Amino acid sequence: MAEIEIDGQHYSIRTGDNLLKTCLEQRLDLPYFCWHPALGSVGACRQCAVIQYQNAEDQRGRLVMACMTPVAEGMRFSLQDPQAQGFRAGIIELLMSNHPHDCPVCEEGGECHLQDMTEMTGHTFRQYRGRKRTHRNQNLGPFINHEMNRCIACYRCVRYYQDYCGGHDLQVFAAHHHVYFGRHEDGALENEFSGNLVEVCPTGVFTDKTFSRHYTRKWDLQSAPSICPHCAIGCNISPGERYGTLRRIANRYHGEINGYFLCDRGRFGYEFVNSDRRIHRSLLRNQPPLGMKGVVNLFSNLLKKSDGIIGIASPRASLEANFALRELVGAEHFHLGFSGSEQVQIAAILDILRQGPVRVASLREVEQADAIFMLGEDVANTAPRLALSLRQAIRNEAFAIADRLKIPRWQDAAVRTCAQSQGSPLFIASFAATRLDDVATDTYRGGPEELARLGYAVARHLNPAAQETMELNPEFDELAARIASALKSAERPLIVSGTGCQSPSVTRAAGQVACVLADLRGKPSAVHFVLPECNSLGLAMMGGHSLAEAFLAVERGEAKTVIVLENDLYRRAAKPRVKNFLEQAGHVVVIDHLLHETAQQAELVLAATTFAESEGTWVSSEGRAQRYFAVFPPTDEIQDSWRWLGKAGGKSWRSIEEVTKDCAERLPAFRAITWAAPEAGFRINGQKIPRQPHRYSGRTAMLAQAHTHEPKQPADEQSPLAYSMEGALAGRPPALNPSVWAPGWNSSQAVNQFQAEIGGHLNGGDPGMRLIEPSAENPSELATGMSDAIQNLAPIMNRQAWRLRLVPLYHVFGSEELSMLSPALAERTPNPYLALHPEDASALDLKEGDTVGIKLAGQQWRLPVLILPNLTRGLAGIPAGLPEMAWVEQGPVFWDLGG
Amino acid sequence: MERPLTQNIKSDGSTTLLPDYLKTGGYQGLRKAIREYTPAEIQQWVKDSGLRGRGGAGFPTGMKWSFVPMNMPQTKYLVVNGDEMEPGTFKDRWLMEGDPHQLIEGAVIAAYAIQAGTAYVFLRGEYHLAAERMRAAIAEAYENHYLGENILGSDFSLELHLHSSAGRYICGEETALLNSLEGKRATPRSKPPFPQVAGLWGKPTIVNNVETLCNIPHIIHHGVEWYRCLGLTDAGTKIYGVSGRVRRPGAWELPLGTTAREIIAEQAGGMKEGYRLRGFLPGGASTDFLLPEHLDVPMDYASVGKAGSRLGTGTMIILDDKTCPVRMVLNLERFFAQESCGWCTPCRDGLPWVAKLLEDLVKGRGRQEDLAILERMCSFLGPGNTFCALAPGAMEPLQSALKHFRADFENYLPEPIHG
Repeated sequence: MAEIEIDGQHYSIRTGDNLLKTCLEQRLDLPYFCWHPALGSVGACRQCAVIQYQNAEDQRGRLVMACMTPVAEGMRFSLQDPQAQGFRAGIIELLMSNHPHDCPVCEEGGECHLQDMTEMTGHTFRQYRGRKRTHRNQNLGPFINHEMNRCIACYRCVRYYQDYCGGHDLQVFAAHHHVYFGRHEDGALENEFSGNLVEVCPTGVFTDKTFSRHYTRKWDLQSAPSICPHCAIGCNISPGERYGTLRRIANRYHGEINGYFLCDRGRFGYEFVNSDRRIHRSLLRNQPPLGMKGVVNLFSNLLKKSDGIIGIASPRASLEANFALRELVGAEHFHLGFSGSEQVQIAAILDILRQGPVRVASLREVEQADAIFMLGEDVANTAPRLALSLRQAIRNEAFAIADRLKIPRWQDAAVRTCAQSQGSPLFIASFAATRLDDVATDTYRGGPEELARLGYAVARHLNPAAQETMELNPEFDELAARIASALKSAERPLIVSGTGCQSPSVTRAAGQVACVLADLRGKPSAVHFVLPECNSLGLAMMGGHSLAEAFLAVERGEAKTVIVLENDLYRRAAKPRVKNFLEQAGHVVVIDHLLHETAQQAELVLAATTFAESEGTWVSSEGRAQRYFAVFPPTDEIQDSWRWLGKAGGKSWRSIEEVTKDCAERLPAFRAITWAAPEAGFRINGQKIPRQPHRYSGRTAMLAQAHTHEPKQPADEQSPLAYSMEGALAGRPPALNPSVWAPGWNSSQAVNQFQAEIGGHLNGGDPGMRLIEPSAENPSELATGMSDAIQNLAPIMNRQAWRLRLVPLYHVFGSEELSMLSPALAERTPNPYLALHPEDASALDLKEGDTVGIKLAGQQWRLPVLILPNLTRGLAGIPAGLPEMAWVEQGPVFWDLGG
Repeated sequence: MERPLTQNIKSDGSTTLLPDYLKTGGYQGLRKAIREYTPAEIQQWVKDSGLRGRGGAGFPTGMKWSFVPMNMPQTKYLVVNGDEMEPGTFKDRWLMEGDPHQLIEGAVIAAYAIQAGTAYVFLRGEYHLAAERMRAAIAEAYENHYLGENILGSDFSLELHLHSSAGRYICGEETALLNSLEGKRATPRSKPPFPQVAGLWGKPTIVNNVETLCNIPHIIHHGVEWYRCLGLTDAGTKIYGVSGRVRRPGAWELPLGTTAREIIAEQAGGMKEGYRLRGFLPGGASTDFLLPEHLDVPMDYASVGKAGSRLGTGTMIILDDKTCPVRMVLNLERFFAQESCGWCTPCRDGLPWVAKLLEDLVKGRGRQEDLAILERMCSFLGPGNTFCALAPGAMEPLQSALKHFRADFENYLPEPIHG
């Protein structure tokens, strides 16, 4: 800590930060453009100029850029000095000389950093009277609009896209005041984090194209604190609604998870909520609609009549909904609804997390890792936000170099100059190339068995004594030794794996490395296991039988009635098997929000809410229980799954909070979930927290075409939030803050005003409760079980041309169920294919585009051949999770050309 | 008068091949340096010689070298800045075309002094003839072991590459040059780190101007004392140039500190018939105008500074009495606006505005308040306010023109309409 003086006031501050960050943390308004907390300082825009005095006597001082000035004890500055103020206004005047001033028709208007900063400097009159330079705009694909004329050339977009995300196809062209930020030609921005450009751009050059199609001003959006449903990472989001449709997703800062950035699946995958496949009313097969009351009665009666009710739970439904189902059917009839291989893998992962000497790293902790071994998981496609954090971890080597040269870490360009391409060690072992390979120290390509063997080989190099039984494979022994040595010499090593390669052996091998490493270091190892869905871990923690057991129960006639909760079983098991199951069951009730194939076969379909219309708790892959809140109330006959189940089961639950509490009490693993967010009774000075901004317009007019009276606003009995524009503006706890706004800060950068340290944790703490922490003792069960595990590994594949091992290849756009219903995202989805290594293809006399027949998940497919040079030889890749092409296989599957 | 830098340069414009270069003591400096002295000693020699950078900023060369961390075994680079794009400046071209081996020898000695294993000549894109001659000379030097492995049988090895620039003024700024050489956009880098510590590809790098390096062989060959005595005020000789309406525009090697009067009147033969001197930019386009009253100022770093300008590259541009200073400045500002790299706001958006205001002015569309805006821009785009020195340099001719030739600006303003 140090003391500095700004405009005669004394401030106690952290040394070593730059002055701009310091000022903003002291809530002093100082305008800026090129600086971004996640991107550091480069000194390009010259907007944050202040006066720095040499010493206590200096009265004149000199102009410096706050973002480039490190603060230290005793320094004196002035923000208010007329020269500094004049310079800042002058910079705005120059930026405005080419800016089109099209705020009324600009979608950024009302949440524009340029507007805010212009206001902040007080610049009002522009003397420039020349013509403005103009640019041609580009079609950047389905996600992002491009309006280059608004550009103020702060260079944030390219620094974010290239330096932060590793993207290549957004660049700066030309020079002087013609600099152009775009692609070399029209086309979709390739990087899966392009959506953040919308928030990174301080003005309206890059805007959300999906939002454009149903645009409304930010101040007219109703929002709630929510969690992204499209993978297991649990990024915090702020969805916005108007007129009963979800309009967009904005980032909601979380200091331990997503920080400032979301992936494009999370940002643009929301439109399933507005999909025409939504179920608005309960459906009865061959019967007219019954109305809400009739359906509730029917469902209750059906359950009363039936014996042998089983429930199939959902990894994408809330803990509360799953708990309600479990209460209804009883633990002994509660089936988890994972696919076979998911079930085994997730159980193995949960075992490692609960029993092993490991600790799940949050994304912030991932970014601090200084050696990483990524085994079998194509993170960029299965948990993209984690991949972005892994990419940042590579920079720790650069920071170490900068530290040695005494260059502050926030001097972004300087740090990059010093370090160039030097990065912390990252080793990637996978089926095919990943989008992190460009920063990897080394990569290894293999099938599931080879990947598992590599994992065990690394473990053996870490501790040869523990694993004498294992023979070393010369093919990758040298690599395994290097990986082990990097992990051993690191201060914060990290192991990343997951369910993506659909091989429990790989997951176990990764766990093994983590355990041996923990043993070696005498402290828990940092791990992150990627899971398939937003509540996979929560559901696994709840525990229950497998889906296969549910199938058996029906086949044996033990179960007659099946309740399927928010789950399309055709994505979990082979088609004939599921079809058979649904046909054999006496009664099938599906509770879901989408009319999928399973729902179409049900006798009764109950309309459920999506995440956007409901409140609930999910457990992320970090083991963090997080609460999401309804953005808008459900319409028609839609209600929360837990309500359907609760009513039918005779429960007296009036609000979800009671379900949460029951769940926490009944299941010890979930003891802490009630603290994931403040209780429903939470008030600030007696007021609820409004979901609508205080400038929300049209309340009295927006339904005038239907009623001339202003309807009463829907009451929210369940949460501390209100469907209103009135209520507490300040002092909102982070878990309950629908969106960020502060006086003078209308853009997303207002989050500066809500952080304890800018870029650090939120004031009041980052929301959520971690449910799994490493146990104090280090049980060595995992270590002893290893030799068995190795022996159980199938022999390494004989690379016979007539027999190829089928493996799933994930796609950030396409492999996830819900986001596929967003038209923009669907546009970026690959068509089905069978991927082959060029040499395998030529051995089989196949070329790109040839059609081949293949049997998968009990179905016959005809797929075009895709030549994938970076795929391991001997493997045949299938896109995972495309509609009707879910990967449901358990154990090795082969493409037998002989048969 | 000794003219070590240009002794081999022939008036017919032909180049100097290796045998001719050797005849006048060529590569003797290198031989001496590499055989008899340690890198530290060479650095000290250059420091003692008082040699200052000839690219424009005039930083003491030996001191620049001394910032290279010598105690760590790591890759280091020497980069020759041959991106001579300052308007009115053509001295480096003359040296490279006329005596390419002199530059190579200087580069090898400099590389030896900082123990660089690789050197690059970053050449202005339009210098095709210089490129051709440098390439031939480099080949000759490799053949004769002045370059490559174990130079002259020593332990020292150096690879020298010639890189022709894609052509941006900003590449003359040493850190933008390094970015360009790395294949990146030519925008200046933030300092620290200085290139001496983390330059090309993040490694310690010295960037020296062509003329600067051409001095090195002579300093080593003839000694520090000899070198210091060459100049009148500062050490060494300097290539001075004159362009504009003089009788014999050109460049000459003269003792450092020769007066402007001697350069213009004697070397350049005075003003052309019918033209009078109104002012001159002493060291390229990005220096302040000096007036006839400054003709007796010795053209050295301190004296020119005292007179209110900079020695810069030492190549003058003459303003005569029949040329409009406003149009001359407009021409320069257009150039600077065009050559702004686009990185920082004041330069990127300020220079086009300046050019636009001057354009309006000469077209009779100027307004009274425009002169005040121009004046404001001179300080707004001043040192410290912009990311690099391009914009402050661009303001030097404008601010001095506004001061010295104010009436010329005002004459363009339309008559106020009296009603």
